[in-house]
Amino acid sequence: MLVSKQWLQQFVDVSQKTGEELADLITKSGIEVEGVEVRDAELNNIVVGHVLTKEKHPEADKLNVTTVDIGQEEPVQIVCGAPNIEAGQDVIVARVGARLPGIKIKRAKLRGVVSEGMICSLEELGFEKKYIREDEQAGIHTFREPVIPGQDVLELLGLHDEVLELGLTPNRSDCLSMYGVAHEVAGILNTTATFPAIEVTEDEEKTKLAVTLESEECPFYAAREIKHVVIGESPLWLKNRLIANGIRPINNVVDVTNFVLLETGQPLHSFDAEKLGQQIVVRQAKAGEAFQTLDEVERALDPSMLVITDGEKPVALAGVMGGANTEVDATTTSIILESAYFAPTSVRKTSRVLGLRSDSSSRFEKGVDPRRVLLALDRAAALIAELAGGTVLAGTVQSGTLQLDDHLIEASVSYINHRLGMEIEGTVMKELLERLGLEVELSGDALTVSVPTRRQDLMIPADISEEVARLYGYDALTSSLPQEASRGFLPKRNQHRRQIRRLLQGAGLSQAITYSLTSEQRAMQFNEQTDLHPVKLAMPISEARSTLRTSLIPGLLEVAQHNVARQHADLAFYELGSVYLQRDASLETLPIEQELVAGVAVGLAEQHRAHGTMVKTDFFVVKGIVETLAEALNVTLTYEASVIDSMHPGRTARVLLDGEMIGFVGQVHPALSKEQYGLKEVYVFELDAMKLHSKERVVYQEMSRFPSMTRDIAIVLNQSVTASEVEQVIVEAAGPLLQQVTLFDVYTGDNVGEDKKSFAFSLRYQNKERTLVDEEVTAAHEHVVTALTKAFDAELRA
Amino acid sequence: MREQLEALRDEALQLVNQASTQKELNDVRVKYLGKKGPITEVLRGMGKLSAEERPVVGEIANAVRGVIQTELEQRLVDVKQQEMDAKLALEAIDVTLPGRPKKVGQAHLLQQVTDEIEDIFVGLGYTIAEGPEVEQDLFNFEMLNLPKDHPARDMQDSFYITDEILMRTHTSPVQARTMLASKGEPIRILCPGKVYRRDEDDATHSHQFMQVEGLVVGESISMADLKGTLEAFVKQMFGEAREIRLRPSFFPFTEPSVEVDVSCFKCGGKGCNICKQTGWIEILGAGMVHPRVLEMAEYDSTKMSGFAFGMGIERIAMLKYGVDDIRHFYTNDVRFSEQF
Repeated sequence: MLVSKQWLQQFVDVSQKTGEELADLITKSGIEVEGVEVRDAELNNIVVGHVLTKEKHPEADKLNVTTVDIGQEEPVQIVCGAPNIEAGQDVIVARVGARLPGIKIKRAKLRGVVSEGMICSLEELGFEKKYIREDEQAGIHTFREPVIPGQDVLELLGLHDEVLELGLTPNRSDCLSMYGVAHEVAGILNTTATFPAIEVTEDEEKTKLAVTLESEECPFYAAREIKHVVIGESPLWLKNRLIANGIRPINNVVDVTNFVLLETGQPLHSFDAEKLGQQIVVRQAKAGEAFQTLDEVERALDPSMLVITDGEKPVALAGVMGGANTEVDATTTSIILESAYFAPTSVRKTSRVLGLRSDSSSRFEKGVDPRRVLLALDRAAALIAELAGGTVLAGTVQSGTLQLDDHLIEASVSYINHRLGMEIEGTVMKELLERLGLEVELSGDALTVSVPTRRQDLMIPADISEEVARLYGYDALTSSLPQEASRGFLPKRNQHRRQIRRLLQGAGLSQAITYSLTSEQRAMQFNEQTDLHPVKLAMPISEARSTLRTSLIPGLLEVAQHNVARQHADLAFYELGSVYLQRDASLETLPIEQELVAGVAVGLAEQHRAHGTMVKTDFFVVKGIVETLAEALNVTLTYEASVIDSMHPGRTARVLLDGEMIGFVGQVHPALSKEQYGLKEVYVFELDAMKLHSKERVVYQEMSRFPSMTRDIAIVLNQSVTASEVEQVIVEAAGPLLQQVTLFDVYTGDNVGEDKKSFAFSLRYQNKERTLVDEEVTAAHEHVVTALTKAFDAELRA
Repeated sequence: MREQLEALRDEALQLVNQASTQKELNDVRVKYLGKKGPITEVLRGMGKLSAEERPVVGEIANAVRGVIQTELEQRLVDVKQQEMDAKLALEAIDVTLPGRPKKVGQAHLLQQVTDEIEDIFVGLGYTIAEGPEVEQDLFNFEMLNLPKDHPARDMQDSFYITDEILMRTHTSPVQARTMLASKGEPIRILCPGKVYRRDEDDATHSHQFMQVEGLVVGESISMADLKGTLEAFVKQMFGEAREIRLRPSFFPFTEPSVEVDVSCFKCGGKGCNICKQTGWIEILGAGMVHPRVLEMAEYDSTKMSGFAFGMGIERIAMLKYGVDDIRHFYTNDVRFSEQF
């Protein structure tokens, strides 16, 4: 909402404050002033000039030499390039020494002819193009009103003004009008606001208009009929008001309705009475009904929308916009003026569905002040009679009822003080509230507040506590801490996350946080839970952010892609976050949010170039990270070769915990990584973060005092046998003395033959109660050899 | 005999002094002090000497032997030292070469800030509460005094999934859920998490961002408690010298509502580009829990009151570290993340 200080001055005395001071006070009391525009900040020395003569410039085709009366003894000579300059016009002259935005006017010679000043367009004074008459957009401004040479143009155009821009929160729609702002400012300045008396002079002729309400969405509708109007340009003062508030002047009738809307907050609409007829029926639109609004757009209506009709066809979208079929134009001679109360939700819905917002809809949808419906109608009728020469027919046609009663709030001094943690006297509270125009009754502790209809945001005692606090000021508020002690702690879940993060960072991975929304295609990648589906937004902004992720890996691959493209080829990132999966396509219940931890690594895992050593990231580097994490978290994971969507079929393992799959590790399918993420070879892992918990409590185990014995074994096996299969057989065969098995050599090559490989294991035996005897180790070890031979047809390697 | 022994002594000592390795010294020891060495021989031949000569020669022989022994040992220490020095000299390296550092990853800046805030409030007696990011309209709006068609819903245009389910637009639904679950008991929680708004991404807007929200409900909670709590937080987070200022504002779920400014941590209040010359920076919104919100969560609003506050983690991080584009947090460029 833009507020002209000049206009505000008509209702409340703000002359003692500058715009900035006023802005500061308003902001401190709860409505943020987002800016103050001093409209004449860059303008001075600009006066009315009367063009006396105009002659062609002797040296330049497009220039004219004029003499202009600017109210001084002698006319001045001004060279002017505007195509529409003519002798006899009243124009804007920037005198020598004048300032315009970005220019200083000096005495100059233009192609040899002296020019003492400049004849200006409104644009040169800083007006936006939309406020300039079409026939003057290429040239200078001419006054049509009676003006006197030498008169201050800034005064005439209302530019000695400051405009405050209020950033209104949705509860303060009462300040969407000058009346409302005046009440608020009067409260802040501790003064009173006064409003003009309104008198309509009615003709003897009575209006024959009939209004019928057929919908509950319109509780009240009123109209007046005005005959013999002459459509024309509005007077300067009216145009100035509208422009200061950001509205383009159109013609005297439309301008009056807009002016009254800004003044009172009540939207009005004017119909051409000849086009409308003598009957108004307010009803819900019919299915399939269509209608052209004033902006010349054909609108498809549905029964949720409220329309004004002439008994047959729609003539306006109630509270949103009028229709082209009843528009007031240059030939209009009689009008019907509407002022109504439309249900906020109805206007809001219609405006939403049609994507059509107007100054009218934005007020109706927040609820206008019922007490101003008829007041605004009379105010506009009187102004139209005055400015467009109309005759107001006798009678206001009205239908329905308005809720005009004050709302009573029973609060108490102690409640307000208790809530605020302050100690304000009841009498002080009463005085503060009365400044806002509320009626207050103080009786002991009881504080009864009568709220007029314009303040629909004040409903309960807590609302009153806020009004008191914001006028009293929060600077007086003391500080304390809640008195009761409370058990503060970081829950296990949060501790667990912090531990995972610390471990992965220690392992060299940096944390990434990526968007939860991705494209539908990427949301399908790496999704192992095929019985669950991705969740899609109903109305996404773009396809790329249309679907909730089901895996963290696509986001991490995008991170890798971004960095690799910027010469950072060696990277390791992890992310700890949720993925979202839906059970049923209908989405009656919330989707499952599963917390995963995933990692991505590309390039070199380690490199010490000065020392000639490096480790390339491969499957085992990333598996090593998972193993490190598992060991530190005290969980035992197993790995199984597996084919997983989007992953390299030969370099991917499922990760299992107690036989249940909790994730996977491996290389991203090279075709996918190359084509979609520009990455040749990239390794990833993804695990269910909340399952990486040891279920067992850690209990101290005594450290053995007895020495262990280590035996090595090397065997030749078929290529197809996996290390974990062999290890499993060893563990089963060796018996309880075996403490640890370590694979320390893997060999393939000529020495073992085609399709064969050799594994060498180191086995550590120990008895915790006594020193081992050589024979028992030998016996255990022989079991192992026999078992391996039998299970895999393995040969002992010499 | 004496001359012979002394000559032997001088000869041996000379060799000892000349020896530069442990082996050469050992050779000297074997040669002069060994079982077949000349001194042993002299001692062995003493039987032929007279009784008067015998002790004299014995004494001289033992003295010579002792001297050689001592010198040998002395020399051995030196030689060992020299050998060690020579060996270590060969092992010398250029210690200014780079080491082999272990790569250590970093926590995301938003995480660092979140952790810091969590720790401050745990210290003030709070615990952490969480809720789903895909939320019911009921918890995201309705239970927070934002019924369907409430004009304030415009302030936070949302990503809906169905008519009743949406991406949460703030962490406040966690408040509603926690209150319902607490069945009228006092509450002190902090709720950090991701939230979503239907915004186009640019330098100051992000369709996804992080919020942290606090809620305290008790028997006599007031605005003064809110102010004290936020003061404690701000001093811990931004420095002891910081002060706060409350400005009236509006949120549907609090009444009264305030915006909270902190005195500028760059200029200290004198005015600079960070605080736009005002000396104050807006960092969070807060207020007393709206009685209707308490009642919808089955609290008796005549007996219990509460305060709530909420802030954007990105905003805090941007202010604290001077980051000028919110998108940096989600690009995860290493040139950005390595700075923190």
